[in-house]
Amino acid sequence: MLEISDLDVYHGSSQTLKGMSLTLGKGEVLCLLGRNGAGKTTTLRAIMGLARAQRGSVRLDGAEISTLPAHEVPRRGIGYVPQGRRLFSELTVRENLEIGLMTRRSPRRVLDEALALFPRLQERLGQVSGTLSGGEQQMLATARALCIDPSVILLDEPTEGLMPSMIATIRDVIVTLRDHGKAIVLVEQRVEAVLSVADRVCFVENGRAQATMPVQDLRDDPSLLSRYVGVG
Amino acid sequence: MAFGPFLLLATLEGLLQAAVLTLTALGLSLVFGVMRVVNVAHGEFYMLGAVFAWWVASMFGMHPAVGFFVALIVSPIIVGAIAFASERLILKRLNYDPESTIVATIGMLYIIQQTTLLTYGPDARPVPAPFYYRIQLPWFGYSGYNLFVIVAAIVMLVAVWFVLSRTRLGLIMRATQFDRETAQAFGIPIERVYAFVFAAGAMLAAIAAVLIVPIRQAHYLMGLDPLLLSFIVVILGGLGSLRGTVVAALLIGLSDGIISVFFSPTLAKMISTLLVALVLVFKPEGLFGAKAR
Ligand SMILES: Nc1ncnc2c1ncn2[C@@H]1O[C@H](COP(=O)(O)OP(=O)(O)O)[C@@H](O)[C@H]1O
Ligand SMILES: [Mg+2]
Repeated sequence: MLEISDLDVYHGSSQTLKGMSLTLGKGEVLCLLGRNGAGKTTTLRAIMGLARAQRGSVRLDGAEISTLPAHEVPRRGIGYVPQGRRLFSELTVRENLEIGLMTRRSPRRVLDEALALFPRLQERLGQVSGTLSGGEQQMLATARALCIDPSVILLDEPTEGLMPSMIATIRDVIVTLRDHGKAIVLVEQRVEAVLSVADRVCFVENGRAQATMPVQDLRDDPSLLSRYVGVG
Repeated sequence: MAFGPFLLLATLEGLLQAAVLTLTALGLSLVFGVMRVVNVAHGEFYMLGAVFAWWVASMFGMHPAVGFFVALIVSPIIVGAIAFASERLILKRLNYDPESTIVATIGMLYIIQQTTLLTYGPDARPVPAPFYYRIQLPWFGYSGYNLFVIVAAIVMLVAVWFVLSRTRLGLIMRATQFDRETAQAFGIPIERVYAFVFAAGAMLAAIAAVLIVPIRQAHYLMGLDPLLLSFIVVILGGLGSLRGTVVAALLIGLSDGIISVFFSPTLAKMISTLLVALVLVFKPEGLFGAKAR
């Protein structure tokens, strides 16, 4: 349903993405693995129209979206959970969610669904979001993305900086979303967290997808990890 | 006059100054806060507000009140339209780059000022106050219109506060101010927000000018003082902080008014500038400013 081909993105004169290509099927969880600076975040930003591609295309259900103004992309049903969460931290939990709901016609239903996944947020609607714990902030960032009622969700390092107990919660949420039929692109450093939720993994290096494979291949041959990411 | 009544008179003058300055500075602060654009032409929108007020008032000359209240509506709308057009034609094309927009708004300042000189002329022209009513206090009489200006400014302030903190539009503006990229990722058309904010900022200055023009007259150079004072206020209050802007405008307006009455306007300006310098030395982010993000 999401098809990225041959994306080139520049930051000034340095090229960050060099012919990045990916595909994401309906209800599939694709995990991007790669070193810091490989271009994972930039790939997600390019999908959102926040980083402009010089070349290449991003198609959602066949329609080109890389030429849309950035604010149109979420309206097409792509929810974004940025790296570092990027909450509107001076605003309350409720206000953050309201911003997520702005594109939607039936906000009540979408909000209830999003909050059903995160009962902790329900109790803290009036709290200023910058004062939430790290885990709660990640929940809010995820709930905010769900508020646009997306069919595709982009999650950039959702477990970064969280306590282990929280990581399990976030993983459960990803499983729930997958079971709801959402297609997910997940950028993750913690390989063990990935193996249990991903359908396919893609190794990103130097601004391009070096190899894409079913997650089973990675389970069978963990040495692939050290080859592409240098960990393991 | 005894000291007490004299201080009361000075305070009223200060409040009048503060009222007009708060509205003007709020416009500058809003534009800087949301768009990160330093609008050097802000004072010219103020001046245009006064000049259009004269123009409208002289067309609807049947009764001063009619002319004035029509001007209070029409003049800010015209100024807002001009600001909107210059945002679309100039700032947007510069991609809101902080440095280029400073240069561009300096250009706008001169274009607006000189165009006004060519068309409206070099004279200061009065706009009659909508009503004359002297409030007779035991020690001196005070113009009822001045009080009206103070009250009108407070009403505008409350309206701005309400829009920003209680409405969907305000939420959109705050989200854009906070993180424009993330705002876009949630469907907020930030360029439309920018155009709106730029026009609204100019309209606040224009409203301030229409309110003051029956007291001060319309003149093509009248934008310079409010520009300088607004900058002082916005820096003192903390860049981008609306609460800081209001507090600083009250402080500067009151002290300016009081010192002008007791001593001289020049001393008042010197003290304001000194105050800003001191604040910047000890609290570089301003009174209410957030630390740089
Ligand atoms: N806004 C930016 N300006 C300049 N360089 C950038 C910017 N964003 C990313 N880069 C560069 O692009 C490369 C890829 O970054 P990123 O996509 O964040 O990698 P990853 O998410 O895989 O760690 C890095 O080398 C980074 O320095
Ligand atoms: Mg990253």
